[in-house]
Amino acid sequence: MSPSVAELLLRRLEREPEAGPGGGLCSLEAAAALGLEHQALVGAVKSLQALGEVIEAEPRVATRWQLSAEGEEAARAGSPEVRLFRALPPDGMPQAQLMELPGARVGFSRAMANKWLRLDKEAPGGPRVFPAVPAVQDAVQDSLRRVQQGDAAGLPERDRTELKRRKLLLEVTLKSYWLRKGSAFSTAVTRQDTELTPDMIATGSWRQRPFKPYNFAAQGLPPECGHLHPLLKVRTQLRQIFLEMGFSEMPTHSFVESAFWNFDALFQPQQHPARDQHDTFFLQDPAEALELPPGYMGRVKKVHSQGGYGSQGYRSEWRVADARRTLLRTHTTACSARLLQRLAQQASFTPGRWFSIERVFRNEAVDATHLAEFHQVEGVVAERGLALGHLLGVLREFFSKMGITQLRFKPAYNPYTEPSMEVFSYHPGLKRWVEVGNSGVFRPELLLPMGLPEDVSVIAWGLSLER
Amino acid sequence: MPTVSVKRDALFEALGRTYTDEEFDELCFEFGLELDEITSEKTIIRKERGDGKAEGASDTVLYKIDVPANRYDLLCLEGLVRGLQVFKERINIPRYRKIMPPKGEGQRLIITEEAAKIRPHAVAAVLRNITFTKERYESFIDLQEKLHQNICRKRALVAIGTHDLDTITGPFTYTAKAPSEIKFKPLNQSQEYTASQLMDLYRTDSHLRHYLHLIENKPLYPIIYDSNGVVLSMPPIINGDHTKIGLNTRNVFIECTGTDITKAKIVLDILVTMFSGYCEKPYSVEAAEVTNSNGKTHIYPELAYRKEKVKPEYINKKIGISETPSNLAKLLTRMCLKSHVTGNGNHIEVEVPPTRPDIIHACDIMEDAAIAYGYNNIQMTIPKMYTIANQLPLNKLTELLRTDLAAAGFTEVLTFALCSQEDIADKLGTDISATKAVKIANPKTAEFQVARTSLLPGLLKTIAANRKMPLPLKLFEISDIVLKDDSTDVGARNYRHLCALYYNKNPGFEIIHGLLDRVMQLLDVRNEENGYVIKAGEGSAFFPGRCAEVIAKGQSIGKFGVLHPDVITKFELTMPCSALEITIEPFV
Repeated sequence: MSPSVAELLLRRLEREPEAGPGGGLCSLEAAAALGLEHQALVGAVKSLQALGEVIEAEPRVATRWQLSAEGEEAARAGSPEVRLFRALPPDGMPQAQLMELPGARVGFSRAMANKWLRLDKEAPGGPRVFPAVPAVQDAVQDSLRRVQQGDAAGLPERDRTELKRRKLLLEVTLKSYWLRKGSAFSTAVTRQDTELTPDMIATGSWRQRPFKPYNFAAQGLPPECGHLHPLLKVRTQLRQIFLEMGFSEMPTHSFVESAFWNFDALFQPQQHPARDQHDTFFLQDPAEALELPPGYMGRVKKVHSQGGYGSQGYRSEWRVADARRTLLRTHTTACSARLLQRLAQQASFTPGRWFSIERVFRNEAVDATHLAEFHQVEGVVAERGLALGHLLGVLREFFSKMGITQLRFKPAYNPYTEPSMEVFSYHPGLKRWVEVGNSGVFRPELLLPMGLPEDVSVIAWGLSLER
Repeated sequence: MPTVSVKRDALFEALGRTYTDEEFDELCFEFGLELDEITSEKTIIRKERGDGKAEGASDTVLYKIDVPANRYDLLCLEGLVRGLQVFKERINIPRYRKIMPPKGEGQRLIITEEAAKIRPHAVAAVLRNITFTKERYESFIDLQEKLHQNICRKRALVAIGTHDLDTITGPFTYTAKAPSEIKFKPLNQSQEYTASQLMDLYRTDSHLRHYLHLIENKPLYPIIYDSNGVVLSMPPIINGDHTKIGLNTRNVFIECTGTDITKAKIVLDILVTMFSGYCEKPYSVEAAEVTNSNGKTHIYPELAYRKEKVKPEYINKKIGISETPSNLAKLLTRMCLKSHVTGNGNHIEVEVPPTRPDIIHACDIMEDAAIAYGYNNIQMTIPKMYTIANQLPLNKLTELLRTDLAAAGFTEVLTFALCSQEDIADKLGTDISATKAVKIANPKTAEFQVARTSLLPGLLKTIAANRKMPLPLKLFEISDIVLKDDSTDVGARNYRHLCALYYNKNPGFEIIHGLLDRVMQLLDVRNEENGYVIKAGEGSAFFPGRCAEVIAKGQSIGKFGVLHPDVITKFELTMPCSALEITIEPFV
């Protein structure tokens, strides 16, 4: 195996005196001496630097004059103006013909400027060019040849600038290194390994090898993984809280609902603003519910329009057509109504606790604070003899599991609960009380037409998952 | 929830004391109100129309108070003050009285058959010898507007007209006429218009144009005349200018017309109870006689006091407190429900005043006792029942699959269940008629025309919104789609779908296929005859020859494959993409 560039360089450096200000060599010269491309040598320098104190390399910047391709041509064959002059016979040549010669455009204007030529515009057969002097000296060629021989510094500044302007001469900056032996100089360097390999483990070679230090400040590589949606993670946590509290999940498996279950069954009057086109998505197809529970619907109609069960009712007309309309459920309380009505069909009442966390829909234009669909969290407890104090107790437990302990309750109005309470929690960041949920005890006008026993109370609360 | 805006200083003057903002906020909270905002006319104008316009506007501090939607008795300063003063036991509940004028001197309103066909009901009353000030007058007008917006359902159910009685002579006739035959000078206009001209005039009025539709298409318009043919009002649009009330008006004739008699009576009761306090004989209202088209006569306002008997145990038990009957009666009295213990303490007799139409059941009385007791003073208890919790099997399966799909390197998204018709039809290369989609009748924007029939558009839109993210994009969602279904009571049902998407420089069919295999492995369904089988299939959203159908448990559960380049382009995407969409319901 032939020696690597780094090895060649180290052997060359070995001949230099010890480390110190006196010794050393230029990377450019070293490359020339070793017959290498400078860039290859620089690569070796960099890899040796990575090994530590083997060599010292001081970066240097030098400028050098160098001929351009055009300049090389001029140095070899003469400047364009001289070449043109020499091509011109003593009796001249038509200008058109002269301009055909290679490099004639530059050469002509230069030679004219030097007053080497005479142009006769009146000559028969068109303008004609004649030599104006017997012979010329090619000073440009001489200068370029001096640069080629490495004597750029010997040229007057003025000539260099002129040649640079004519793009015959280029000023190039050269980055090089001044190389010296380092404090740990050795011609027999071993490369530091970056990582442990199976081979090293198998052969035990890791014991003899130095390893490149790690950069502990660097960022780690992000793991390739999937993610759960943050809001749905919160949903999972809330499900967990409800399950811990003994709440069963209630069926909520239909976005489409009839106005009957969404509003009427909940004793929400037919003239209630929530039933406006502005608030609720009504359906065009299917436009009407195919079936409403016959006997129960009659009792709902009566309690709305005439009252009953100790209630005055709303004493307004109740239209079955309005109840039949289909819509996208505006709250999961519609599902609670179905659940409670099914519960009332049982031969004997059994208490229960249920929850749901499901999508509901409101006819809103979406912006930063409004969504047309969101997730409603709802909890329901049905039992004989439940009091408002029980609702407070359940809410305290529920919210404390969410980490919300400072609560207070505000009287509120809800068409289907009485009493109704808004739940406020103290927000230490905002330094004020913020509403976190709504709650209440279902009205008898809602429960009794379903057929639930009179002493059964149902408490419920709701909040939005997005909030 | 209606918001009432009152001048702070006027409120404190009426309450007979001042509060700090915090103290007043606390009082509101306890009473079930919410001090929503503290502002001034100047601030409001500045916010709405800019600094320049606010120049010279009043700096008087305004309290904006949110009032529960069923408490019409708290919609003005007068009612708020009365409610709070009684609550704090600083005044007694006023007794509202109906005064019958001497025979033959009372005001009469006659409803004709024509009116009965258009807007059948009317009620009326007189506020006699009232003294207005600028504040009282503004509050009177404001309350009418609040009632119109809330219980009157934007004048559809009830419309109020108030008139200077001294400018007109009864009896009054409530009739209906063809628009061209009605001609009068409307409120605050300088000339007469026919009803048809008025409709055109108000078409651009920012306030009145919202009410035109209530009568516009009727052959006859409702109109009220006095005995000399002077127009009082053209309900529910506008009053006549002739009967306009002002600060110097002494006697006010109030008429309420509408389509709901119960609400018309409530509105009249509220209006007269709130402002009769400014009459010479405070809280007295002069009755008026209304003759229906069938000749039957009624006396209004009703100002009915209803007696309810409630058992103290009922209240205690429903709230979870143990107060004595007399204490409960005191609590109720503080809520304007004058109560006392009757018999041998077995009952509380509650008098429901005409200001409280929201009290329709004993539970409403119980709630008021709870409010007066203080919700935050009630002992918290935990129900003693024992229950065993169950998850819905479908949701349980969903939760398990979600976690495993994320563990398989896919990222969960949550997309809207509503979308445009285009998203589920044109963009997926199919026609809307072929989708069984549920259509929304009244969407506010085109993004909510239908309920989705597939999860795929939502996922593709998510990718389109995240094109800057490094490739590949691997997404999934497990959620519901909706299809019309005649076998359900509502005509539609949800299906729980699983959809996953792989978006990269290469289609990655094998990656989506691998995900399906993983899902089936998790569901313990094997790739064999009676487990799941994959067959060549076709679908408009897929590239021909690159679509597979998944058969499991003997039925087709969905498809996967490379999406059609047209689909990719229509969702404004540029890379190949493969997708899987199946229903998971057979695996529950």
